[in-house]
Amino acid sequence: MTAEEAVAGAVGQGGAVLRIEDLHVSFPTEDGRVRAVRGLSLELRPGEALGIVGESGSGKSVASLAVMGLLPRGAQVSGSARVAGREVLHLGDEELSRVRGERIAMVFQDPLTSLNPVYTVGRQIAEAVRAHRAVGEREALARAVELLAAVGIPRPEERVRSYPHELSGGMRQRVVIAIAMANEPDVIIADEPTTALDVTVQAQVLEALEAARRRTGAALVLITHDLGVVAGHVDRVAVMYAGRLVEQGPVEEVFERPRMPYTLGLLGSQPRLDEGRSVRLAPIAGAPPTLLAPPPGCPFAPRCPMAEARCTEEEPPLRATGDGHLAACHFAERLEGRTPQEVFVRSGEPGARHGAAPSPAPAPSAAPLLRAEGLVKHFPVRSKGVVRRRIGDVHAVCGVSLELREHETLALVGESGCGKSTTARLLLRLLVPDAGRVEFEGADIAALPRAELRRLRQDMQIVFQDPFASLDPRMTVAEIVAEPLRIHGLYRERGGAADVERLLRTVGLGPEHAARYPHEFSGGQRQRIGIARALALRPRTLILDEPVSALDVSIQAGVINLLEDLQEEFGLAYLFVSHDLSVVRHIADRVAVMYLGKVVETGAADRVFAAAAHPYTQTLVSAIPLPDPRKERRRQRILVRGDVPSPSAPPSGCRFRTRCPKFAAELSERERARCVEEEPPLEARVPGHLTACHYAQERALV
Amino acid sequence: MSERITGAGGADGTGGAAPAPRGQLRTIAARFARHRPAVASLAVLAALALFAFAGPLLWQWDHTVSPDIPSSAEPSGAHPLGTTSAGNDVLGQLMRGVQQTLKVAFTVTVLATVLGSVWGAVAGYFRGWVDAVMMRLVDVLLIVPLLVVVAAVGGNVRGGTTWYGVALVIAAFSWTPISRVVRGVVLSLREQEFVEAARAAGASHARIILRHLLPNAAGPIIVAATLLIAVAILVEAAMSFLGFGIQAPDVSLGLMVQNAKTAAFTRPWLFYPPGLTIVLIALVINFIGDGLRDALDPRQAMVRG
Amino acid sequence: MLVFVIRRLLVTVPVLLAASLLSFLLIDVTGDPLADLMVQQPPPSPEIIEAERERLYMDRPVHERYWLWLTGIGGNGDIGLLRGEFGPSVRGPAFDVGAEVAARMGVTLRLVAAAVLLALGLAVATGVVSAMRQYSALDYTLTFIGFLALAMPTFWLGALIKEAGVWANGRLGTTVFYTIGDSSADTRGMGLWERIADAGGHLVLPTLALMLTGYAAWSRYQRTAMLEVLNSDYVRLAHAKGLPRRTVMRRHALRTALIPLTSVAAVTIAEILAGTVLIETVFQWRGLGTLLVEAIRTSDAYVLMGWLMLAGTLVVLANLAADLLYGVLDPRIRYE
Repeated sequence: MTAEEAVAGAVGQGGAVLRIEDLHVSFPTEDGRVRAVRGLSLELRPGEALGIVGESGSGKSVASLAVMGLLPRGAQVSGSARVAGREVLHLGDEELSRVRGERIAMVFQDPLTSLNPVYTVGRQIAEAVRAHRAVGEREALARAVELLAAVGIPRPEERVRSYPHELSGGMRQRVVIAIAMANEPDVIIADEPTTALDVTVQAQVLEALEAARRRTGAALVLITHDLGVVAGHVDRVAVMYAGRLVEQGPVEEVFERPRMPYTLGLLGSQPRLDEGRSVRLAPIAGAPPTLLAPPPGCPFAPRCPMAEARCTEEEPPLRATGDGHLAACHFAERLEGRTPQEVFVRSGEPGARHGAAPSPAPAPSAAPLLRAEGLVKHFPVRSKGVVRRRIGDVHAVCGVSLELREHETLALVGESGCGKSTTARLLLRLLVPDAGRVEFEGADIAALPRAELRRLRQDMQIVFQDPFASLDPRMTVAEIVAEPLRIHGLYRERGGAADVERLLRTVGLGPEHAARYPHEFSGGQRQRIGIARALALRPRTLILDEPVSALDVSIQAGVINLLEDLQEEFGLAYLFVSHDLSVVRHIADRVAVMYLGKVVETGAADRVFAAAAHPYTQTLVSAIPLPDPRKERRRQRILVRGDVPSPSAPPSGCRFRTRCPKFAAELSERERARCVEEEPPLEARVPGHLTACHYAQERALV
Repeated sequence: MSERITGAGGADGTGGAAPAPRGQLRTIAARFARHRPAVASLAVLAALALFAFAGPLLWQWDHTVSPDIPSSAEPSGAHPLGTTSAGNDVLGQLMRGVQQTLKVAFTVTVLATVLGSVWGAVAGYFRGWVDAVMMRLVDVLLIVPLLVVVAAVGGNVRGGTTWYGVALVIAAFSWTPISRVVRGVVLSLREQEFVEAARAAGASHARIILRHLLPNAAGPIIVAATLLIAVAILVEAAMSFLGFGIQAPDVSLGLMVQNAKTAAFTRPWLFYPPGLTIVLIALVINFIGDGLRDALDPRQAMVRG
Repeated sequence: MLVFVIRRLLVTVPVLLAASLLSFLLIDVTGDPLADLMVQQPPPSPEIIEAERERLYMDRPVHERYWLWLTGIGGNGDIGLLRGEFGPSVRGPAFDVGAEVAARMGVTLRLVAAAVLLALGLAVATGVVSAMRQYSALDYTLTFIGFLALAMPTFWLGALIKEAGVWANGRLGTTVFYTIGDSSADTRGMGLWERIADAGGHLVLPTLALMLTGYAAWSRYQRTAMLEVLNSDYVRLAHAKGLPRRTVMRRHALRTALIPLTSVAAVTIAEILAGTVLIETVFQWRGLGTLLVEAIRTSDAYVLMGWLMLAGTLVVLANLAADLLYGVLDPRIRYE
């Protein structure tokens, strides 16, 4: 297709580069036909950025794969999808090959698996170039270098010769973006491009995606579950639920005046960096419907607090509710001026008992319940193969000290590999520290005899991240919850099955769930079972290891509220390990920020978020997107360079200096020397706010 | 968070409509029942066992030579599978042969599975030098092909071998793959969060192994054990064929093939029954193993989450 | 790379040593090389038995004998694995075990090589076709053939193929298929090419039978590996780039799906080695397989031991080759 033809085509359909009409996709499964996409219609104008938001199973990824012709055999696709005026559904391989990569390109979710491990990245980019341009290998490689530079990869001439496994996740995702822009397509579809990445790397990748758009003038479809990412990077947003488009409009319009209760609910369940503990989340009750036999009416009706009889009988069509704003709700107008808290009051919380009353912060003088000092843990790195010599150490935790007081939440924050989960396990003595001590109520845990340690375990329990791996698949829910009681011989004494029932009720589950197996539950319910198990021994402290990061937003909010209620009711102390600063902002009294095995900043949550003093905390805070388009666009961004160094060879002096924006841009040569040579101690700048930086300086970034 | 094509069906409504509680065994049985070749194979195996163990009680001829049996007779009403030149009834021999084969195969499997599971579980759970020493021994045993070592040891024994002798020898050298499977499973299971949860609750080593690790390793163990049955059948037959297994005047399927190895085109009734029976038994057991693998594979349960 | 090879080889030494000790003890416990002599009719004189016992070193205790067998120190020069001597045979002082093994090894390796190559080719082809047409009638058929191959007793199939050859020859009235031996009985008048053609002709039927072991294991493995790759993100990305389907299959799917096969191939080669014992027996080859059978029949302890060590070494070398090949195919593996 020539450029003129393309333009003619585009004009012919009213300026859309991608037009999807009445797209239906279904898959055969063991249990029947799953209707993943049901009647999707969308339009994408040239150069425009459209966000598609939805939770797991909403059909957003399936729709994009259908357009690309990448669905597995067996999928049934009907409807129409036109790229620059040309129908692309049901094209033959040869014609499809000419459209893919040339007119429409795609970026996938997981950068670790998107590149072929056996070819260099240069070759894989060159391959994309040569698929559509009659150029030689040498010329294509030169273009690959150019593209790598465009997506912000340092030293592209060398990187071209790297194999994918030699690059970090963030770099690989940028290579995939380079491949997508290789032929200057009309449309780039990015399917959850940053979900598998840490926040600071997410910022880099989103930046690369912006660069790709600027250079190629392509329109962008950004598919994500993260409302914050959408808020800052798209012009228009489309919300999908249960295979249908339920709301669409300009991004400010949809975020500020949602006209579909589901969108409102999503916004209400999303914890925000600019809101503290005082705002209670408004979760959505229940779970998305099964797509095997979608209900006849509005798919959201079973979870919707506004639902009336009409909603379960008649499926609401997508209709205009404002300027360019479409919503699929019979009662869209009733949402005028209402907040999520008003609409979703209480409905989303099976375990809720009382309102949003944040506990007063405990008096600072209170003696710590749990205290760790100078914790160190190294893991040996062994060579592969038969001999398995020790070839180095991963310095997972290097001198971490913490204090957790009664009835308080301390959040341990950091990106993957910073040592936060290892620290949590050291506190519980699931791992034995190489150095340092852990005290519970003043008693050194390491010095305790076995029996005492066992009794102490009743006071300290843990909730895990993965709701699938953390429950024994061969035990019933009742057995799982009773297991800690049986281990301690307390099952009878505490009332047996009645106690288990009480525990289940505490976390919002019913007695009818007791006889079932974990695989019959959804992620949110499984996490509630895990919490019930942790509560069984009536502990005083819970270690929460990323307890909500595997859950969808609307489910996550319910679990967060449950944790807050439990803390109120039982006076629990929480050590909350998380990479998600928005969640931490919402739940924590105090935070400790970790980087490469060390705490770099700690203090009251309000203070650390409002006036972060360590450059790393600053980059973290500035990298967290706000689900608010206006604020998000005005925010100051601090981008870090590169990736986290290997924890087996941490940099000398300050560990953050290799990526520190301050080190790179603001410091003089003499000042830098201090960062390289001298490790900054964790010092109080104001009482209770400690920072490990020679040149700490507070900044407001939210 | 992630949305995959398989996940499209996983957006289940367990939060809303609650399915009836059902036991794990029932779930597994239901999944197994969907694997039609496996179900048919189970029926065939049951029929073969009946044929081998109940057949001799009903059929007038056993596997021995009898003066009343004509020599080298083609199949007929009196001898449905014909007779040998020495005067054996082939049907009687076949019953005895299948019986011997099944006895050897199941004995091997029970012995090797128990030994292999314990060995692998201990090595995988304790790791470190215990693991290193135990698995090095497995490496040593795996270095020589199974049939060769079994033939060398079994055939070296003077004065003939009984069926349990054969079974013992095969079992002694065939448990190693099972130990590797179990070790691998235990190594990964012990890192799972639910095992950590048990440790965090204060559970003892014994409780973790018995209550959490072994029940969860049962699936792979059962599958590996099933496939071992097929291996044992083929190895026993090969041993007998070479003359190092079960000895005349007793009979086994391998020995029957040995005696009839040039008869495929001259007296086919001697050649095909034992050979095809071996194929049939090994085939149905492999199908059952395949069905069990599908039914027990925990990843299938994961998709539902 | 060289360092890696040397290190790998060094590590296998203790394993091979342990294997040798274990097999030596097993063979010593289970059999007596003098047993055949004892039951001869008429019974040989005690002097003869004593002389034979001494020649076979059976007069020494077992630990001394193992040491002797390994090093040859204190022997008569016909024993000592480290000196390249396998030890005396019950067949008499004139029987040179080393020379016999060397002669037969060529015959057997020829058969193994042919079977491995044929099996690999067929297995990769069917595995790939099966995966690309998953759940088609073709896939089901090929899968069933794979299962059948897995359940097939090598010796029975070998006998069937052999008899089919004999039958075909009989029908055609001339020898089209060679069914006995590894080469013609009399090759004296033949030139080099004629000899090669003769050996090749004798190879056809046994290879067909022996191939099955490898085919059964590898075709299913290849199908699984290929399916996994076909569902991978990088194959999807390759499609998304706009590469034609054939290019994606060849360059991205097949290339990567071959990598895991190298590691199982080595394991299966051990089984194929065992298969030669059966196939050589059926086709009456004078190879290593029949040597093993003869040694077991006569309780020829040193020949048996030599055979086991040879098989162990071959398996170890096959594993090493697989590791190296893996490193060549997969850039993620680097040998320091």
